[in-house]
Amino acid sequence: MDLLANLGDGFLIAMTWQNLLLALMGCFLGTIMGALPGLGPSNGVAILIPLAFTLGLGPTPSLILLTSVYYGAMYGGRISSILLNIPGDEPAMMTCLDGYPMAQKGRAGEALALSGIASFVGAFFATWGLVLLAPQLVRVALLFGPAEYFALFTLAFATLGGIAATNQAKSAFAAALGLGLAMIGVDTQTGVPRLTFGEVHLYDGIDFLIAIVGLFALSEVFVFIEHRGTTRDISTKAPPAIGRIVPSWSLIRSCIPTMGRTTVLGFIAGVLPGAGASLGSFISYSMEKRLVDKEKTFGTGDPRGVAAPEAGNNAAAGGALVPMLALGVPGSGTTAVLLAVLLALNITPGPLLFTQNPDVVWGLIAALFIGNVMLLAMNIPMVGLFTRVLLIPPRILMPVVAMISFVGIYGISGSPFELLMMVGFGLMGWVLRKLDVPLVPVILGTLLGNEMEVNFRRAVEISNGDYGVLVGSPLAIGLWTVALVGFVLPILVGGRIKRRMHMSRDEEGALSD
Amino acid sequence: MSDRVFGGIGLALAIFYAWAAAGIQESFLTDEVGPKVFPWIIATVLGLSSLWCLLKPDPNPDWPSLGRLAEIGLAALVLAAYAEALPVFGFLLPTAIASGYLTWRLGSKPLESVVIGVLTALGIYLIFRSLLGLSLPREGVELAIDRFFSALGDTFDGSGDAAEPTTAPSGD
Repeated sequence: MDLLANLGDGFLIAMTWQNLLLALMGCFLGTIMGALPGLGPSNGVAILIPLAFTLGLGPTPSLILLTSVYYGAMYGGRISSILLNIPGDEPAMMTCLDGYPMAQKGRAGEALALSGIASFVGAFFATWGLVLLAPQLVRVALLFGPAEYFALFTLAFATLGGIAATNQAKSAFAAALGLGLAMIGVDTQTGVPRLTFGEVHLYDGIDFLIAIVGLFALSEVFVFIEHRGTTRDISTKAPPAIGRIVPSWSLIRSCIPTMGRTTVLGFIAGVLPGAGASLGSFISYSMEKRLVDKEKTFGTGDPRGVAAPEAGNNAAAGGALVPMLALGVPGSGTTAVLLAVLLALNITPGPLLFTQNPDVVWGLIAALFIGNVMLLAMNIPMVGLFTRVLLIPPRILMPVVAMISFVGIYGISGSPFELLMMVGFGLMGWVLRKLDVPLVPVILGTLLGNEMEVNFRRAVEISNGDYGVLVGSPLAIGLWTVALVGFVLPILVGGRIKRRMHMSRDEEGALSD
Repeated sequence: MSDRVFGGIGLALAIFYAWAAAGIQESFLTDEVGPKVFPWIIATVLGLSSLWCLLKPDPNPDWPSLGRLAEIGLAALVLAAYAEALPVFGFLLPTAIASGYLTWRLGSKPLESVVIGVLTALGIYLIFRSLLGLSLPREGVELAIDRFFSALGDTFDGSGDAAEPTTAPSGD
C-alpha cells in the first residue's frame, strides 16, 4: 500500500496547473515531432532539453515536459507510418505493414484511432509495470558496489546495439568514441586537466547536450540536404484521405486479446537490456501473426496487425524506463536522451533516486499516466490536425529545427565555441550514419563516461590496487557474462534477425503496392 | 573501401588518443589507478574495433555525388559562420540569412527562401525571446522589439491587469 500512497503523492505533485499545462504542451509537441518524418523521439527530446533547461524550469516540471514529449513522439510515429508508409521512427516500422494497406482501403481514420487506442493500452499498462517493477529492481540495485556498477555500465554498452545489431565492431567503436569524449576536461578525482590541449573552453569537459543536439538534430539537416530531389526525398508523397475516425466497438473488441498479449511482450522486451522498442514491436507483430493470422490477412490491412506493434512498442517504451530510473542505465536511444535530461538537471538516476528524490520519481510516473490519458483524448479527435502537420515540407521544417538547436545551445553556453562544436558534431553524425556506425553509444558514452570511470577507479582504490576486484563477486561475474553474451550473440545471429525484420517489411510492402 | 579508410582513421585516432593520454600530467596526490588508465582502456577498444573494420570492411555505403558532398560541406560552413556571427550581429539578421540559405538548398525557390528565412527568424525570436524570455544575442532590431514588448507589458501592468511578469522581458 506504500506504493499507492507514493503514487498519490506523485499525483499531487503532477496535478498543478503549470505541470498539467506542460504535460499538455509536451504531448502536443511530441505528437507533432513523432509524426514528422525525420524528427523521431530522440531528436525531439534532444532539441528541447537545452530549452527546458534555459527556461529555468525545475527538475519535476522539466521531466514532465520532456517525458510527455517522449510519449507523444511514440504516439506520433504511427501517423506517418499509416498515412505515408514512412515510419516516423524505427519502432513504428512494423506499423506500416498493416497500417498503410488499411489507409489505402480508405480506412485511414480507423487505423489511426485503433493504433491510438492500442498505444494507450500498451503505455498505460507498461506504466503500471514500471510502478510495480522499478521499486523491486531498486532493492536489487542496492547490492551493487562500484565493481558491479562498472560491470553494469559495460553491460549496457555491450547490449545497446541490440540483438539485431549488424556490426558489433562499429558499436564498440561508437561507445569508445563517446567515452573518449567524456574524458576530456579536468579529471574529477585528481584535478588535472586531461586531453584539453590547453584549450580553456574544454576544461569543463564537452557538454553532452552539445553532442546530443549536434549528432541527432543537426546531422538530420545534412541528411535532408543529401537526399533532396532524389527518390529518398519524402516531400513528394501526399497523404490519403482519412475516412471515418471512430472505430466500431466490434473492431476494438476483436483487437483486445491482441493488445493484451503484445503489451506484456513489449514490456518485457523494453525492460531487458538490448531489446528496446524496435524489437518490442517486431516480436509483438510476429507473435500475433503466428497466433491469430489464420486467414492470412496480416499485411493486407488487418486491424490486429496495426494494434499489435503499436501496443508492443508503447509498452516497450514504458518498460525501457524501468532500468533507466532504477539503475541509471538506459536500454535504448531515447531513454539515453532522457537520462541526459536527468543529468542536465543534476539528478543522478539509480537506486538512490527513489529515496532521495521521491517527488521526482513519483511525480514523473503520475505525469506519465496523465500524459497517456491526454494523448488518447487528444489523438482521436485531433488526428486530422496532426495529419495536416505532415504537409509541412522538410525544406521549411529542417531550417527551423537547425535554428532551434542553435537557440537552445546558445542559451546554455552563450559562446560561439560551443556552437561551432555542435556543427562539428553534426557533420560527424552525418559521416557516422553514412558508415552505419550507431550514434546512441556515442551519446551514452559521453553521458556515462565519467560515472563509469569513477566506479572503476573507486573499486580498484577500495581493494588497494587489486584489479581482480572487478570480477570479485558472483554478481559482477554474472553481469560480465551477460555483457559478453550480449555482445557476441548478435555477431552470430544478428544478421539473420535483421534480415528477417526487413524481409517481412519488404515482402508485405510489395504486396500492398 | 570506405570502411578501410574509416578503420585507418580510427586506428590513427586511437594511437593519438593513447599518446595524448600518456601526456596527462599526474599530480603528486593520486589514486591507485590514476587519470591515465581509463583513457588507455578506451584507446584499446577504439583501436581494436578500428582494426576490425580495417580487416573486415562492410560493403560501401552510397556516397552522394561530389557536388552534393560539397554542398553539405558548404551548409556546415554557413552554420559555422552563423555561430560566429550571432554575438556580433544580433539574432535576427544572421538567423534569417542562415535559415534562408538552408531552405534554399533544401529546394525552396530563391524569393520564397528570403521570405521563409525572415519569417523563421522572426518567429523563433518572438516565441523564444518575447514569450519565453530566453537569452538571445541582441542588437538594434532585437532591442527595439524587446522595448516594444516591455512597453506593452507596462501598459498591462498599469491598468491593473494581471499580466504575468515572466512573459515580458526586461528591457535592459
